[in-house]
Order: sequence, then C-alpha cells, then structure tokens
Amino acid sequence: MFESGTEWLRAEGSATDVVLSSRVRLARNLAGLPFVSKAGRGDLRLVLEAARPAIERAALDKSEVWIDLHDASEIERALLLERHLISNQLAKGKPAPKSGATEWPRAVCFGLPGERASVMINEEDHIRLQCIRSGMALREAWRDADAIDDRLESHIDLAFSPRLGYLTACPTNVGTGVRFSVMLHLPGLRMSGEIERVRRAASDMSLAVRGFYGEGSEASGDFYQLSNQTTLGKSELLLLEELDGRIIPEVIEYERQARQSLLSKRRWQVEDTVHRAFGVLQHARLLRTEEAMKLLSVVRLGICLELLGHAALGDVQTLMLLIQPAHLQRTCGREMGQDERRRARADVVRERFAEH
Amino acid sequence: MKCEQCENEATVHELIVSGGVPVERHLCEACAHSLGIVSTGPTPVTEFLVKIAQAGAAQTAARQSAATDACPGCGTTFAEFKQTGRLGCAECYRAFEQQLTPILDRAHQGATHHVGKVPARMLRGEGDADDLRARAAAIAAAEARAEEIRRLRDDLERAVKNEAYERAAEVRDRLRRLQTGASNPEGGAE
Repeated sequence: MFESGTEWLRAEGSATDVVLSSRVRLARNLAGLPFVSKAGRGDLRLVLEAARPAIERAALDKSEVWIDLHDASEIERALLLERHLISNQLAKGKPAPKSGATEWPRAVCFGLPGERASVMINEEDHIRLQCIRSGMALREAWRDADAIDDRLESHIDLAFSPRLGYLTACPTNVGTGVRFSVMLHLPGLRMSGEIERVRRAASDMSLAVRGFYGEGSEASGDFYQLSNQTTLGKSELLLLEELDGRIIPEVIEYERQARQSLLSKRRWQVEDTVHRAFGVLQHARLLRTEEAMKLLSVVRLGICLELLGHAALGDVQTLMLLIQPAHLQRTCGREMGQDERRRARADVVRERFAEH
Repeated sequence: MKCEQCENEATVHELIVSGGVPVERHLCEACAHSLGIVSTGPTPVTEFLVKIAQAGAAQTAARQSAATDACPGCGTTFAEFKQTGRLGCAECYRAFEQQLTPILDRAHQGATHHVGKVPARMLRGEGDADDLRARAAAIAAAEARAEEIRRLRDDLERAVKNEAYERAAEVRDRLRRLQTGASNPEGGAE
C-alpha cells in the first residue's frame, strides 16, 4: 500500500530550497446529521456509508485506498499519521466524540499513486479533504481540491448557510472551510535569530505557524507550517492571492537572504556545521528521531547552498519519513523498543548516505 | 448549583470585585482546592459571601439562561460549546447566533458573511434566488475591497521605504478599517 513515494517528499517543483510542500484542506459536513462530536455511533456509520460511494465516484486519483481506522492496527495508524494522511486525533482515537468509545467509526481514503489527495471521514468534521503538492504549488493544490470538492458535492448535500458558508464543527473554520498551508524549511532565519520576527509578523497577519506534524506539534528540524486562520469573509481566491501572491514569496525571499548573509559572513562556520551534521549521519550508531531531524535539516540546508554536492535533496526528504518510528519498524519488519529503534534509525541513515 | 468546573454540587462560593465588577465563582470543594481557593467549611464570612452571591444571582439569571438554553437540533448548550470549542450541528449556528457573533468576529477579523465557493447544488436552484443575488453582490464588493487592500499595501510599503511615517500611519489606519469593517457587505442575506 505504501510502496510509492509520497507527494510531499518529492522535492520537485518551484522554490524547493525553502518549500517542502503546499497543502489545501477543506472542511465539510453532511447536511442533516449532527457534527461528529455530538453524533452517535449510528450517525457516524451513516456518514461513512454516505461518504464512501461519493468519494469513490469523485475519484481522488487513478485508484483509491479506503481504510476503516476503527479496525486498523496501531502500527497502520501510526504509518498513516507519519505520512501526513491522518491527524493525531484520528490515529489515537482521542478525544472521542459523544458516542464515548475511542474506536468510533472513522476512516481515511487516499489516492494512488502519490497520495496527493486524501479524505479523512469523521475527524473533527464529517469530511476533511486534503490535497498536497511538492514545492510551492498552492494554486495547483487548490485546483485539485476544488475539483474533487465539486465532484463530491454533486453526490451529497453539505451543511451550508448562505450567510456563513460551509458550516463546520468549530466556528474558526466556518465560511470557506479552507486552510492553505505551506511546509517551509527556515534554518537560515533560525540561525540568524530572526525566526521570532517571522512568527510575530505571521500572527499580525493572522496566519498560524505550526510544527512538522500540524496542530500542537513543535517545529522539528526548522520545519514550519504557515497557514491562514481566517475562513470567513475572504474568498478562497483572495486568500490564495494573499498567501501565494505576496506573503509566502516574501518569507521565501527572507529565508534566502538569511542563508546568503550567513554564507557571506560566516562561511566557515556554516560549512563546518553542515559537514559535521553529514558526518554524524554517516557514522552514528544510535540516533533519536529529534536529533536525526535536526541533522537532516542542516544537511538539507547544505545541499541547497551547494556545500554538499554529493547528497540529494530527495534522499534527505525520504529519510525524514523513514526515520519516524512506525516507518522504521515497517522497514525492519518487526516491532521494536525505543533503544532498538535508535540503532535501526542510525543503520537506515548510514546506509542511505554510505556511497557518498 | 453545579460547580463551574465539573458536575459536582458547588459548595464554595466566592465573590471578587475586580475593577468595580463583581465576579462570582461557584465551585465544588475539590475544584476550589485545585484552584488554590481553600475552604475550611462554612464560616460567617463565607455565609456572608453566599448571601451576596445569591442576591446577585437574580441579575445573572437572564445571562445564564442564555448559556443553558440548548440547541433544538442536537441539545448542545452554549456552556458545553465553551468547554469543548465544538458545535453539535448546523442548527447550533442559528441557536447561538448572538453568542457566536463576538467569537466569529475575533476569529475572522470582523467578517460576518461568507465570500467564496457555493455548493453547485445550491446554485442550480435549490438555494433562494435573492440570496444568490445578494451573495453575488457581496462577492463583487469583497473583490473590490481586495483590490483596494492591495493598493493600500503597496502605498504603505512605499511610504515606509521613503520614511514617510505620517503617511504610513494614515495608510495603515485605512487598511485596518478596511480589513475589519468592510467585510460586512450591506444586503448580505441570512
């Protein structure tokens, strides 16, 4: 099922030196049924039954995979979470809606190959559609999401009010129900001590800054998700115009300037940091996830600054996924404790960088 | 009376006057303890406070009834929403319209009306035609506003670059007004 690569790690498209991926998420609810937090098991089953044929007819890609998460194994859920196909809430089954039990009826469906489009069913809202593209490609991601959404809503009635737009469980998503977000790699701004300024500027423009694994997660290895918070009163196209046309290009430019200024002022220090990081990854025998992410982030910077000609961006990004606990266990074909995982993680990384 | 924090009976009642505004708190023993408001059983002072609290209760009753009224669609109360941050169904938006207004205002920079995509089914005639005309007007107004915002932003940038700070402040205020006020197009229909 997970043989093909995932879209957000492809390292192709525009501005890949700073932007990992662009993502569009749409929140939708079926008309006439209570929202997930108030729905009983029967209602939630109904949502699954109504959504499944509609999603399959809407066609996410060449083919789709549907996974009932209430029946899925723990490791399968962890894999989906690490691949950014489902949220923490959907994976862990917490917090549970009114129906009480943690294993409430819920599912994910995603398109193959590439996992570009996916739909979470019975997360905070009945339907959460997400479309993702490698690099800076918010417009393309929006086009994908908009088209799938059109096809979806030609098969089902959605909760919509002429005044408030698409009605969502949380009033912070009401209106367009859209969240545009880009995953940015900002080591230059962090190293030059300007990351706080970016955070403040983002919050002034009512944008949210989140970590690598979304809401509530810490920035891991200088990866930050920047996304809109306003969903009412601004059309999807206006939001796109603001983010894609102005704000994100500015952040990209700041980051590039910060990297260049680091290089011109502290070239030897930067080179040293990059090569040390690469050296550790090539030779370490034990690696924790967080440490590996930090080192990979530095190596990624080195590649973008052409200080490490012999390593590839794609390898670094693939490793960012392969070193995560569930993927590591899948690669090794067995369950492993934390200590064993640290060893296996170092092995996987060493192998990938060995020939260089 | 129920504790504000959990389902237990409230036995600790506190009244604080903060900035001239009396604030009542009703808690159970355990919650009061966890909040550092330690009770040593009823004393003349706490009895006195209870009396004051009860006297004030009549005034707050009206306010509280709004908080305890349940949504006819799903039975969610506004107090429940405040705790979870989640509404129970589409009907909640109507049931709690008044209470939600300031929340929407904060979350969406003062916007009150949807601008953007409409489900094709509604456009094909299931929706009300007047609604759609009003919405079309709202979209046009919002696009015009977006254009104005873009223009002002360029102005602002130029003013800052030229160190014309008075001009910059003026433009910034206009921008702010535009961003918070104008997203409320007249004729927006319910």
